[in-house]
Parts: sequence; C-alpha cells; structure tokens
Amino acid sequence: MLDVIGIHTYYGLSHILFDVSIKVDKGEVVGLLGRNGAGKSTTMKSIMGLTPPKEGKILFKGEEITGEKPFKLFRKGIGYVPDDRRVFADLSVDDNLEIVFRRGNEWNKKRVYDLFPALEEIKNRRAGNLSGGEQQMLTIARALMGSPELLLLDEPTEGLAPLIVRDLEEQILKLKNAGISILLSEQNIRSAMKLIDRAYVIDNGRIRYEGTAAELEANEEVKKKYLMV
Amino acid sequence: MEKVFSRKKAIIWGFIGLIILFIFPLFLPRFYVYLISIILLTGLLATSLNIVLGYGGIFQFHHAVFYGAGAYATALMIIKSGLTPWLGFLVGPLVSVLLSLIMGIICIRLSKLYFGMFQISLGSLVWIIVYRWYSFTGGDDGIHGVPLPDIISSPTSAYYFTLVITLISIFIMYKIIKSPFGSALQGIRDNPVRSEMIGINVKRHQLLALIIAGFFAGIAGSLFVVVDNTVFPDMLFWTLSLEILIMCLLGGWFSFLGPMLGAAIIILLRTFVSTFTSYWTLVLGILMMFVIFFLPNGVLGYIEEKLSKKS
Repeated sequence: MLDVIGIHTYYGLSHILFDVSIKVDKGEVVGLLGRNGAGKSTTMKSIMGLTPPKEGKILFKGEEITGEKPFKLFRKGIGYVPDDRRVFADLSVDDNLEIVFRRGNEWNKKRVYDLFPALEEIKNRRAGNLSGGEQQMLTIARALMGSPELLLLDEPTEGLAPLIVRDLEEQILKLKNAGISILLSEQNIRSAMKLIDRAYVIDNGRIRYEGTAAELEANEEVKKKYLMV
Repeated sequence: MEKVFSRKKAIIWGFIGLIILFIFPLFLPRFYVYLISIILLTGLLATSLNIVLGYGGIFQFHHAVFYGAGAYATALMIIKSGLTPWLGFLVGPLVSVLLSLIMGIICIRLSKLYFGMFQISLGSLVWIIVYRWYSFTGGDDGIHGVPLPDIISSPTSAYYFTLVITLISIFIMYKIIKSPFGSALQGIRDNPVRSEMIGINVKRHQLLALIIAGFFAGIAGSLFVVVDNTVFPDMLFWTLSLEILIMCLLGGWFSFLGPMLGAAIIILLRTFVSTFTSYWTLVLGILMMFVIFFLPNGVLGYIEEKLSKKS
C-alpha cells in the first residue's frame, strides 16, 4: 500500500531524515515509534507532502507520489491527522466534516457519527470550544470523511486523559477492522503495542529497528536504548 | 454560527426593515431616496468585499477596481453598442468577473500582504488605462448622462431597482457563505495548510471566492450607473478601495451585515459632516480609532455581542 524508499528530508539546511524506509501493507497497523524529536512527525509530513523529501521515493498503491501536493494526496486516499490536532475553530463540528473533499461514499457523516457518538451530540457546537479529546476525535472523523485507504495518525493520544486514550484505542481498532491501513506514530509505546502489527523504531532521523510487535516486545535492548521503557 | 436572534424574531425584524425600505420613497424627499440608493449599492459592494476579506481572509486591497470596471462596462456598453441598455447590466458584472479572474490568477500565487500589494499595482494599471484613454472612456471627465431604460430612469424607480437587486444579491451571498463552499472558505482563512490536508484545493477555492466577489462588485457598479447616470475614473482609484475596506472594519467584518452598516455610517458621515467641514475624514479617523480601541469586532459585531449576552 505505502512504500517509503530511502527518503532524506531537510528543513532548510538541516538534514532531518536519513534514508528512512517504511512499508505499510493493506489492512496493517504499523507503528512508528520513537522519542520526542526523533523524526516521527517529519516522516509523516514527508509522506503527506508538507515537507517533501529531497531524495528517495514514496509510492502509494504502486504509484509514485513524491512531491505531490497535500490536497491531491488526500484525494488519492491518504488521510492525515496531524499531531497539533487542530480543528477549524470558527466552524461547527458538522461544518468541519461538511467541507471535506469526498472521494467516495464509503464513509459519510452517519457512519462517522456512529463511530464517534460523542461528536453527534455536539455537532452544532463551535469546534474551537471542544475539549482536547473531542478535537482529536473530530480530526480523525474529518480525515475519515474522505474515505481514506491509508490513515496517517500522528501521536493521537498525546496529552489526552487515560480514559479518553482507552476510547481512542478502541476506535482505532475499529478503523483497522474496517480495512483501513494505518501508520501510527507514538511515543507512548504501551498504548501503541495494543494496536500495531509491526513497528519501526526511529531515532535521530534514522530507522534503528524494524520488526513485528511481538519481536519488539521481546527485544529489551532496543526498547531501553531508543524508547526509554 | 452566531445565534443572536431566534429565527422567528429575525424574520419579523427583517420583514419590518423591508417594509420600511419599500415605503421610503413615498414620504422621503428625492435627495434622501438618492442617498439611500447609494448606501444600498455601496453596502452591496462592501459585502462583496467581505466575502473574500472577512470570510476568506484574503487581503483584497483593491476591490474598487471591479466596481469601477463593472460600472464602466455597463456605461460603455449602453452608449457605444446601441443595443438594448439591459444588455449593459449583464456585461458589467461579466467584465468584472473576467477582470477578477485574470487578476486573481496572477495574484493568487502570492499570499497575505504580498497578494494585496500586487493587486493594488495591477488595479492601478487598470485605473491608469481608464484615466488616460480619452477617446474610449472619456478619461478624467468620465461619462455623463448614460441613457437608461424608461422604467428605471426616475430616481424612485432607480431606487426600487437598486433595492431589489441589492436584496437578491445579499441573499445569494448569504446562501454562498452558509454553503459548504462558504465553510471551506472560512476553513482556509483559519489555516490553509490544514485545509489542504483534507483535500481542499486551496488556490481554486480562493480564486472562486475572488470571482464571486468581483461579480457582485460589478453588479454594484452597474447599479451606480442606474442611480447616478455617470461613471468616473475615481470609481476604480485605490482610495475608494481603502474606503470600502474601512466600511468592512467599521461595521464588523465577522458579521454578515456589518459591511452594510459600515457603508451606511461612512456615507452618512461623508454627506452630513462634509456640509460643516471639508475635513470630514478627520471625524472618520477619530471614529475609526475609537472603533479599533473599543469595538474590535466592529459596530455590528459589538451589537451582536451585547444581544447574545442578554439572551
């Protein structure tokens, strides 16, 4: 589904990502784990075309998408939930969903509200007045409105209360069961382990480890060295 | 978004307002009928600017050029073509649309202030063409005594024509703002990058907004020909653009009808204060300072805030 092949990304002159390669197969939830500042968000942004890589290639469903504009990538079926989880503050919850480009009928407002019943109750509220957890649900719901085949979730649980994190994990599992492939970046490895099939560990802009969730779980050295567990 | 009135109350007040507007010419002297016509069409112009400025967050600094282009196109079409004058009212807005499309395509690559500055320079180019091309546009003198169809040639009928067209235009703009397109526009104002990440083609949306604004500015320009029978190059000079911008800020650029109120305030000020002193802009300046300090959301924004607190 998604093939990131040896990308190098720069912010101006500073070299951030070194030869990062990631693969996400259909229906898989893949974790991108690492500490703060390891390059998780930059990897996500490189895939979504916000910080296009200078070298390397990105393929989506076998088609090269390196350097494409973000709105075109969304229309091809990549949903992106950024880590700053910002909603359109002046619009109502309903309008936040309404303005999304619809590439298919697979997801609509009803299905999204079924997944996040809490959102339906507040659908006329101004999105800027929502709590952090509600805003996070809304950003995921918004990405779903485009019926994505691949979802990039950048630290969805960051800064949320434990109870809400548990809800969110359930909802992410439901998305997985609905057949959406997910690339999930996370520092909170305990939370991530419940969701992912495979994991990449990233540190200082380089991929340091790659393996199934069970293998990573067993590898104390990697966990200690790069994930501080 | 802002639920100030209940729907029922809003309809009742709107209805009363409409009746008053429709019976004005029955008892007001001719001058005031003319004045209200000018307020209506200038309000329409300011509202059209606010679609891109307030709702779209685009720094449209030279909006007057589309107003002037619409007026000139209408007047020239009526005078030079010899066809039915009604055609002029179609051509006016269309020329504005064309102009805003061309200027939009060129300027939209730039963002924020750079967009505004580039637009001022391109708009000034249009102005200088109109100003210098004596043989076609009448240059400095403008065009006077544009012949109109009999049915809208008297001040009262011109007033009704202006009123009806303005109401229809305002209604359509309101529908546009409340449509998904309008919401997307506000989303882009909020954060263009985020909008792009949910599949919105930001530049195309903005361009469409510019064209819509240009269209309604062109209608306002055509209406000016009806009300005043003249066109002159000042209509597309940048100082007028500034004046419309001030109308939006003064009335409240986050309220849909704010620019309309701003237009009314400024035109009334200009008309009545300038009978006492030629420095009427001094009064405007002081007023503007107070608005910025005490009513950052404009006059209508302030009223809405008060009302929503009460209820």
